[in-house]
Amino acid sequence: MAEVLDVALRLIVIVVVFLALPLVVGQMEHKAMAHMQSRLGPMYAGGFHGWAQLIADGVKFVQKEDVIPAAADRRVFALAPAVALVPYLVVLVVIPVGPGLFGVDLDAGLFFVLAVMGVGVLGAIMAGWASGNKYSVLGGMRAAAQLVSYELPLVLAASSVAMAAGTLSLNGIVEQWRWWWLPWQAVGAVVFFVAGLAELRRPPFDMPIAESEIIMGPMTEYTGLRFALFMLAEYAGIVVLSALTTVLFLGGWHGPLLPGPVWTLLKVLALAFVVIWVRVSYPRLREDQLQKLAWVGLVPLALLQLALTGVVKLIAA
Amino acid sequence: MTGEPRATGAFQERVVGVGSGAGAVAPRELATEDMVLNIGPQHPSTHGVLRLRLTLDGERIIGAEPIIGYMHRGAEKLFEVRDYRQIIVLANRHDWLSAFANELGVVIAVERMLGMEVPQRAVWARTLLAELNRVLNHLMFLGSYPLELGAITPVFYAFNERETLQHVMEEISGGRMHYMFNRVGGLKEDLPLGWLDRAAAAVADVRRRLPDIEALIAGNEIFLARTVGVGALSPETIMQYGVSGPIARASGVDFDLRRDEPYLAYGELPVRVVTRTAGDCHARFEVLLDQVKASLDLADACLERMRDLPPGPINQRLPKILKAPEGHTYAWTESPLGINGYYLVSRGEKTPWRLKLRSASFNNVQVLRELLPGNLVADMIAILGSMFFVVGDIDK
Repeated sequence: MAEVLDVALRLIVIVVVFLALPLVVGQMEHKAMAHMQSRLGPMYAGGFHGWAQLIADGVKFVQKEDVIPAAADRRVFALAPAVALVPYLVVLVVIPVGPGLFGVDLDAGLFFVLAVMGVGVLGAIMAGWASGNKYSVLGGMRAAAQLVSYELPLVLAASSVAMAAGTLSLNGIVEQWRWWWLPWQAVGAVVFFVAGLAELRRPPFDMPIAESEIIMGPMTEYTGLRFALFMLAEYAGIVVLSALTTVLFLGGWHGPLLPGPVWTLLKVLALAFVVIWVRVSYPRLREDQLQKLAWVGLVPLALLQLALTGVVKLIAA
Repeated sequence: MTGEPRATGAFQERVVGVGSGAGAVAPRELATEDMVLNIGPQHPSTHGVLRLRLTLDGERIIGAEPIIGYMHRGAEKLFEVRDYRQIIVLANRHDWLSAFANELGVVIAVERMLGMEVPQRAVWARTLLAELNRVLNHLMFLGSYPLELGAITPVFYAFNERETLQHVMEEISGGRMHYMFNRVGGLKEDLPLGWLDRAAAAVADVRRRLPDIEALIAGNEIFLARTVGVGALSPETIMQYGVSGPIARASGVDFDLRRDEPYLAYGELPVRVVTRTAGDCHARFEVLLDQVKASLDLADACLERMRDLPPGPINQRLPKILKAPEGHTYAWTESPLGINGYYLVSRGEKTPWRLKLRSASFNNVQVLRELLPGNLVADMIAILGSMFFVVGDIDK
């Protein structure tokens, strides 16, 4: 009985975190972006500095009509937002927040995470194809083309950490982590984070969405709650990417004075802030330029990091 | 979804829906099919209702056709049934970013027909306001162009500067876009007391903060990657299509009416004509950015000069019914977007017999047909934005 309760409690906490953190990041984006652009951002909803803006947005989305275009492939169209969203929820299950604080400790946690995260992109491709809209098709094609460029550096950079820790378990990696891993794995961290941004289709890699070019890409035809689910997936993605980078490269719960989970949360929010910051400052790359960046820049760097990790491991052993 | 492809013009149109690719594969073994994509008339990057009919092979453009006229308001015909005071109201609207420059051409044409001498103070004030209008116009570009390339922040910086200048323009004319401050024979009213100082302060503010926008975007690696070498226009093409203004000067066509055929007070001012030779999107951005600085300098020179002018009238007393004598004239000015010309034919009535409008954007966008094929959809946006047009100015 206690075991069942334990599992249930863990899952409930994860779902709550999954629903709350993206909203926190979204609100942070509203406000941080606004202040960087000499605006105020939301100020009215909820009274204090518009804290309830995203809740109000959610209520608005729920009330909207759920339009499915006549030319759409109805079933795929309806399924796509879920395919985009659910993988991020699943990933959260294995991410350790503090010592002993995790949903499940999988032996192949890292492997699991990278595999599941890749599924999320299918949502965008499905939405692009099923919408029956030329802009959506272009966006879906771009999302697929993007997939080719970032997956490899993402996996290579992550495997460097796995090599360093000698385990694929996320919990194990954080336990092994020492402060000097920070400079040691720095290159891998940057590669991982940049490739992760490309996976999330966040600026400067938001070509699949590119509202000035192809309207909203795969999401062009979506309205109401389904569109909101796509947006939630985007912010959940930011949370997951930041959490993974924290766990793999920044030492997760390690940190002086404050309790472990607080450190994890702080690191995640700081990284999420960087994601927002990049959006405010950079224009958008072109699809082929991302591929060039990935194959000429990120992949060699990731390989270099792997070699470095291997050499240091050998010398230390 | 694999019905007969409908032939439209030189291209085949196929409605892309679910499974439409399947039909193409069977007979021709993995042959790809071109797709016709309509950019606009409702599209975030066309700044209004320009429509581009693109034929795409994947994302590569193989044919582009600008289709105009969705915003045609018949301005030229309307000019014919309005007297010269009313025409100014209409004329300042076709290019809504350079209202003052548009008014200017009309009043210059009518004044020339009447042989009317405009008071010195009005000439200098018009020059000043025309340059401020140019800065306002170009600031809009400096904000909107990065936005099209995905940089969302510069537009807020640019609009802060626009606000600063619009404030002084609003103080004298009451308008923020459509100033209606020109009259045949001068300006509507004299400038308020202390306005010159406030205008000088605004110009100084904009000059001081302009480097912020520049630092934010001009040297950015991604921005350079998206613009350098993209959409290069040769001087020959410029000549063939009658492209003018900053776009022509970015390709090394060194032509600026302010210097080459001075009107207003430009003859007495050191007009710096900004040119580049590359002719690509980046060169066009640089020209427009640099022109803001040149125009701020000109505005300062005008302000300096206006302080020294002796007091006097700022407009002429006009008769109750203003009639241009029989004849015709062509008045062209260097509008922010390019050459803006009015060909005025009068038969001595109080309305023109014909007032032909030569607007800059109309000629400038025609070149898209040559410029776009061979580029990607993403580059199309970079090129379209850098051509800096106003749809009202195309459709008139």
